[in-house]
Amino acid sequence: MPQAPPDAGPDAPSTPPAPPVLEVENLSIRYGDVSALRNVSLSVHEHEIFGIIGPANSGKTSFLKTLNRMDRFESHMRVEGHIRFLGRDVRAWRNVYALRQHIGVVFPLPVGLPLSIYDNVALSPRLRGVTDRRELDVIVERCLTRAALWDEVKDRLDSLGSLLSGGQQQRLTIARALSQDPALLLLDEFSIAVDPVTTMRIEDVLKELRKEMTIIMVTNLVQQARRLADRTAFFLTGDCVEIGRTDDLFEGKVKDPRTYDYILGRFG
Amino acid sequence: MQGIMYLGGISAIIFIIGIFVFIAKEGLPFLFGAFDLKEFFTSPRWIPTSENNPTYGALALILGTASVTGMAMIVAIPFSLGAAIFIGEFATGKTRETLKILIELLAAIPSVVWGFIGLTIMNGLIIKLFNVPIGLNVLNAGIILGLMAAPIMTTIAEDSLKAVPDKYREAAEAMGATRWQTIRRVVLPAAKNGLVSAVLLGVGRGFGETMAVLMASGHSINIPHSVFDSVRALTATIAAELGETAVGSPHYGALFTLGILLFIITFLINLTADLVVRGIRKK
Repeated sequence: MPQAPPDAGPDAPSTPPAPPVLEVENLSIRYGDVSALRNVSLSVHEHEIFGIIGPANSGKTSFLKTLNRMDRFESHMRVEGHIRFLGRDVRAWRNVYALRQHIGVVFPLPVGLPLSIYDNVALSPRLRGVTDRRELDVIVERCLTRAALWDEVKDRLDSLGSLLSGGQQQRLTIARALSQDPALLLLDEFSIAVDPVTTMRIEDVLKELRKEMTIIMVTNLVQQARRLADRTAFFLTGDCVEIGRTDDLFEGKVKDPRTYDYILGRFG
Repeated sequence: MQGIMYLGGISAIIFIIGIFVFIAKEGLPFLFGAFDLKEFFTSPRWIPTSENNPTYGALALILGTASVTGMAMIVAIPFSLGAAIFIGEFATGKTRETLKILIELLAAIPSVVWGFIGLTIMNGLIIKLFNVPIGLNVLNAGIILGLMAAPIMTTIAEDSLKAVPDKYREAAEAMGATRWQTIRRVVLPAAKNGLVSAVLLGVGRGFGETMAVLMASGHSINIPHSVFDSVRALTATIAAELGETAVGSPHYGALFTLGILLFIITFLINLTADLVVRGIRKK
């Protein structure tokens, strides 16, 4: 896994461009006869928060699913095009499980696994073969702290993760994703089941995380993209309408008027 | 209409209470007469037909039932758990449907047929394979009983695996867990309650099974020291002796006392299974 040089800081997200973590070329996704995404090409750079906005059924989630090859759960999904992660085509990764270990995923609805809080976070390190209890303790505490959850759960690490509140479970999910030590973090509408206060806490966490990893954030909250994303792509019914610097888009410097209409809430 | 439904609903309770009252009524005269609690649970001597000194020690019978059931679980747990994991997690489409139908068919084989297999095929096989004088023993009855209990255990275990939401599997695989790691680290712990209750119901089945055990266990009163010893089960004793006792005699009452014991044991096992399913045992 490439370790980020500390000086490739978040303040200069697009100039000069860091080497792309993810390159997508002419990606099309079909579910049977239904086309979900057409000819999307984009690249995501290191230490960037890349936002994807768009109304429902725009292909945002389908797009994320192809990145770590989670199409097993979608039996009719057909993918065409090229996706290169860290310079390698994801279809060419011999070991798909190793690929997924490099990519953390946070789902829209929090999925606290029915294990203890500790085991939730220790799962990924254990899959990698970490068995030393002290080493696991350190990882668990670090990941929970970074996900802004440690203080709330440090006294009950043995209780079930699936019994936490929605907002806590979502932070647990983030802690779990962090325990993978991912190069790329995929967030799919993470705040859909989370209260506003927790959402803001998680957003602060994400700003910190950008220093260490690359983040792709699908959101249907336009303002969330504005607050967090360096660049934003606008997906509409399976087309990638526009990609641009978030500041530009929100100032109205758009190539396609539909983008600005969506940002202003005129439809969607 | 509602009245009929109501009647149907409470009839189960009525039957249970009715059966218990009946067994208790028949057993009570003995319980307050010739019954000796210490002898019943500690003596291996079950000699109810003795002219001058009948003894009613159920220890050998209890151990017989327990050893056969234990052997059965050693056979049934790996079989049923493996089958459930394969059907629930790996098999798809036609394979899955065919297997489910076959397993349900297996559950429908009459116990006397199983007993027959134990008596004929297994008996000879055990004698030949292990070079022991008699093949009707704990091993034989345990294997037969295990195969009998496995289908229902498989069905319940598979149901509990199916009850684990796919989002857990998806989340684990998204983290880079392989199918097997996902099953071992996430699905099985999540289905733990259902799996434990599947095993307990299998144990209940083992305690209650009569005919196959009667035929395959050797039916001789014995405290088993190895799996090659013949034993006699509680249920088999009742089945074999009840028809030859005088109604109301101490022997008759003693057999009903065995019935009460069985009733209590199966009741406790089922209750535990039920509590486990409801997650009361959850930490």
